[in-house]
Amino acid sequence: MSTPTTTGPTPGGGSEAAAEDAAALAAAAAPADDPFDRDALPSPPGATRTLLRSLLGPERRGVTLTVVMLLLQQAAAQTGPLLVAYAIDRAVPDLRHGEHGALIAVGAGYGLCALLSGWFQQSFIKSSTRVSQAVLFDLRGRIFRHAQALSVDFHERYTSGRLISRSTTDVESLRELLDEGLQELVSVVVSFVYISCMLLYLDFGIGGVAVASFVPLYLLVRLYQRRAERVFGRRSTAIAAVIVKFAETLNGIRPVRAFRRESVNDAELGVLNGRHERSNGDALIEMARYVVGSRFVANTAVAGMVLWGAYRVADGTLELGVLAAAVLYLRRLYDPIDRLGMFLNAYQSASASLEKIAGLLAQVPSVPEAERPRALPVRDGALPGREVVFEGVGFGYRTGGEVLPRFTLTLPAGQTVAVVGSTGAGKSTLAKLLARFYDPTAGRVLLDGVDLRDLDTPELRRGVVMVTQEAFLFSGTVAENIAIGRPDATREQIERAAKEIGAHNFIEGLPDGYDTDVRKRGGRISAGQRQLVAFARALLADPAVLILDEATSSLDVPGERAVQRAMDTVLRGRTAVVIAHRLSTVEIADRVLVMEHGRIVEDGAPAELIAGTGRFADLHRAWRDSLA
Amino acid sequence: MSENREATGRPPAVRTLLRLWPYLRPVRLRMSLAAVIAIVASCLGLVFPLVLKWMVDGPIAHRDTGGVWRGALILLLLGAAEAGLFGLRRWLVARPLAGIEASMRADLYRHLQRLPVAFHDRWPSGQLLSRGTTDLMLLRQFLSFPLMFLLVNGVTIVTGCVILLLQDWALGLLLLAPAVPLVILCSVFESRYALVARRAQDQVGDLTTVVEEGVLGIRIVKGFGRHRSQTQAFRALAAKLRGTELEKGRLLAGIWSLITTIPELAIGAALVFGTLRVADGGLSAGTLVAFLSTALALRWPVESIGFMLAMSQEAATAAERFFEPMDAREETDTTEEDTAEETNTAEPAAAGCAAASAEGGLRFEGVSFRYPDAGPDAPAVLSRIDLHVAPGETMALVGATGSGKTTLTALVPRLHEATSGRITLDGEDITLMPRARLRELVSVAFEEPTLFSASAGENVLMGVGGEAGDGDLDRALDVAQAGFVRELPRSTDTQVGEQGLSLSGGQRQRLALARAVVGRPRFLVLDDPLSALDVHTEALVEAALRRVLRETTALVVAHRPSTVLLADRVALISHGRVAAVGTHQQLLRENAEYAWLMSGEEHGGQAATVEPLAAAQPPAAAEPARAGVGGGQQQRAEEEAR
Repeated sequence: MSTPTTTGPTPGGGSEAAAEDAAALAAAAAPADDPFDRDALPSPPGATRTLLRSLLGPERRGVTLTVVMLLLQQAAAQTGPLLVAYAIDRAVPDLRHGEHGALIAVGAGYGLCALLSGWFQQSFIKSSTRVSQAVLFDLRGRIFRHAQALSVDFHERYTSGRLISRSTTDVESLRELLDEGLQELVSVVVSFVYISCMLLYLDFGIGGVAVASFVPLYLLVRLYQRRAERVFGRRSTAIAAVIVKFAETLNGIRPVRAFRRESVNDAELGVLNGRHERSNGDALIEMARYVVGSRFVANTAVAGMVLWGAYRVADGTLELGVLAAAVLYLRRLYDPIDRLGMFLNAYQSASASLEKIAGLLAQVPSVPEAERPRALPVRDGALPGREVVFEGVGFGYRTGGEVLPRFTLTLPAGQTVAVVGSTGAGKSTLAKLLARFYDPTAGRVLLDGVDLRDLDTPELRRGVVMVTQEAFLFSGTVAENIAIGRPDATREQIERAAKEIGAHNFIEGLPDGYDTDVRKRGGRISAGQRQLVAFARALLADPAVLILDEATSSLDVPGERAVQRAMDTVLRGRTAVVIAHRLSTVEIADRVLVMEHGRIVEDGAPAELIAGTGRFADLHRAWRDSLA
Repeated sequence: MSENREATGRPPAVRTLLRLWPYLRPVRLRMSLAAVIAIVASCLGLVFPLVLKWMVDGPIAHRDTGGVWRGALILLLLGAAEAGLFGLRRWLVARPLAGIEASMRADLYRHLQRLPVAFHDRWPSGQLLSRGTTDLMLLRQFLSFPLMFLLVNGVTIVTGCVILLLQDWALGLLLLAPAVPLVILCSVFESRYALVARRAQDQVGDLTTVVEEGVLGIRIVKGFGRHRSQTQAFRALAAKLRGTELEKGRLLAGIWSLITTIPELAIGAALVFGTLRVADGGLSAGTLVAFLSTALALRWPVESIGFMLAMSQEAATAAERFFEPMDAREETDTTEEDTAEETNTAEPAAAGCAAASAEGGLRFEGVSFRYPDAGPDAPAVLSRIDLHVAPGETMALVGATGSGKTTLTALVPRLHEATSGRITLDGEDITLMPRARLRELVSVAFEEPTLFSASAGENVLMGVGGEAGDGDLDRALDVAQAGFVRELPRSTDTQVGEQGLSLSGGQRQRLALARAVVGRPRFLVLDDPLSALDVHTEALVEAALRRVLRETTALVVAHRPSTVLLADRVALISHGRVAAVGTHQQLLRENAEYAWLMSGEEHGGQAATVEPLAAAQPPAAAEPARAGVGGGQQQRAEEEAR
């Protein structure tokens, strides 16, 4: 909510800046006015480079070691032709005079160079793998951490598919750059420099032609880079769209089947997949163009240098051995030219990916961690509850539209408050403000007098815990899922929480009891059972304030009753906010708030309101009737 | 997750890769043409040294400037041809390669959509997703590079060797000597690398799953302030992956250094030996230059074999991972399916159904179900269900959490297959119907309302084949009290679902309900369709739904009295069996478990308030949910059912 970026351009300006054709493709399917709902998020200029630098920074020593290893390896590997020249121009005449010294030197030198080059090669690969893995580990962690830090609101719009694509295919393309690309680049540059020097040393003219040939090559590289950049951006956006579609289908496989969406989905994926196929092909063709150009320049240069050299040998101003060495070097000089293309490929695709990752990382969490966290005051007395005050709180979406007009509300410690009202009345928003999923646009939410924004996460979650309607289970065992409430809980504590909420029986009935892997049977734990697990989780967390947002909607009546009975003991002394459509909840509440269009229209003890003539009295009557 | 897959014997890499042939087949001509071109271009490179030799021994030695010019011109032409051919090769395969990747992805997607739901229960979507993306990219790279260049470089190396041997067989043999140890080393390396590569790819899949869960479960992570421990779990997995990748790096470093060192040593030996021969006049200087230059030209093809083998190995594991879900059997429409032997012995047990109406409606006959992957000692989820819903009738399914109600509803549109027994719609066995027709007849609203990335209107109209008009849409929205969509920014054209506006649980549930009723289906299956609605809306929906239910045969899973009242009769499901069938009032009076389920209070109404734990246990559910253990309570319930 509030502003998504403080360092970046304003949301409006940013969305224009990012609205290049690549981003437009993704945005076309979504409301255009939502800057989060696009594949490439606005990021401050230079963010990509800053990101890369900050990733490589800690690995400076590793990078240096890698480069040194490569320099040594290349030095050893590039000595060969010099030895050939020496052999032809020195060792042959010497041998004819019966001297073997030069030949022995050549043989020993060549063998030594081969061994050294092999050894440096392997230490180079090892150290470059270490560096690249360290960088990838760092980057993966950063993306994940940042995604976890971003607000619920962000996730509601950025979609899981895009996030997955950021942390898989986009990271993968950086891996390619680091594993293959950088190695290529450094070895290409190093061998260019080495060989040019060698050539210049052997013969100034030949070396001069070699150096001159770098000019058209450089121009070619620039041209390719410009053209490829666009193609790769398009390709990365296209694959993200494919992933979103894939993920959506897999996660909704039941309705897909029941409503015979298979062929429609096939067609829809066909379009997205086709878009990816096209940009993928474009990228490969760009590469083909580059290869033709660079190879041609290289081969022309070789022909030119041979001509020059041969002329000079024929003249007698150049020795044959030198020409031979030069020719051997020339072959090597342009050998890595295709690999330079590979590097450019890897670089382009990685920089398109990095840009998107940088965009994601540049998102400032709209619900930031406290800078100078305060502690909650020590509770007086034995009761676990704390007082909640909404002080002049108002809330509206950044895109406009007021959800909650300003209001002030005090929930005394230990009170159980039921919030009722129709869908869209603002109940959930109220709960999310209290749970600090959102921050209010005006006013403050206070817990025992401390602004929620001043609490660090552990302190906040000891204070407030929210159980929502969607009871998501993580992969792992049932016990681990409950232990999310308190990671250091013992098995007894976990089982006690499950027993209290009435989940113990069904868990014991699972194949491996508490150790049943929920993923393997994920589809087989019913929605009601999942809600029970979610409840046990909340009980285990033992918070001062508990928020239940329609947390019993999928339970059957006995389940709900059991939960309520448990709540009677569990909630005693705790502050609780209960949002429920079933008015049965009201029976355990000390106080009822009725909300309508973002305002609290009724507030009082349940009995008082039922006896009255307001909205709640109506609702309650309808509910009694529905019980039949 | 990765262990169990590694344990099952691995087919050799080549055989796995051969399975890619069907995808290559349509472009085989282009691919082979490209290979031929690559071979020609690569061999042109080998002609360079021969021209050089000719120049050194001919025009240069004889100071013939015209000859020098001719030689240079030939080199230039050769160079231009090589450049052109290389480009041509890439251009030829660019579109086909992208096409292969796309068609493999489309096939995987197509196939995944048609695999049994039970398959998706077992496979985390992150794993499937990584197979449809990262693994396919690896395969494309394999087809574009190692596949072609293992061949091309192989031919180049052989040609080069022939040239070397022709020029001087002794020097040639000296150079070729290291080939044998290299081949052995490579094969040892390959088998070790394969294991590690597979492990790394599986770990990437696991990591993807954690990322996905971290996003889908973000509210829980935030709600409990667990992002640190979640991040730790992620880091632990990422660290494992890093360990595997480092191991890969070590293996690669070893093989690469051997592949560079050994041939280089051979070249050194050849140089010494060759120099001796030139000195005693047995070899011309031009031949030595050409020889060494050819040997150097062969260096890249030889060196590249190392990483190409590595890439091939990764491609083989990628292919293996791709084919794992592809090999799972799709649901097929068989006309004669082996119906279980119990079918005949099953007797219709639904109480009070006349023989005349026996043919119509929805009928379960001796239906049992256990999950296909459940152990033999695992209890059946449903056992011997006999139930008849007469045409036009609405039957409510009531039962404790986990009693098998939802599973029972999933059998009707064949999202799961009954293990034994028979389900008929208007007398027709559902296993004999094409699934498409079955699912056209049966419309479902799920417990968890999933909307797709499409407009709200499209989401609702998914319930009909396509020949629906605005009238149908309006009617369905009215029934489900989903008029709120008309207030959305773009009315019914507003995008919802993953890529659109996020709606509340109640709103999604109403749209899902509208989707279920829009096609006026003959059979309707509703799984707790009103759970997320507020009382007021629920009453409105119920009133409208009653009209719809009058015209259709329906099965409604109900948790609450208000929903049960939509039904004509109620079936009580207990531990996977039909415990009782009757009207709501009847069961409320006669069946203790039912009364308990509906009121949450013990039979007789005395609320146990002393000990909350004991009060939470129903009389029957106090038994662990195991079929066949049924206590007296359950037997009584069964007697009532007859």
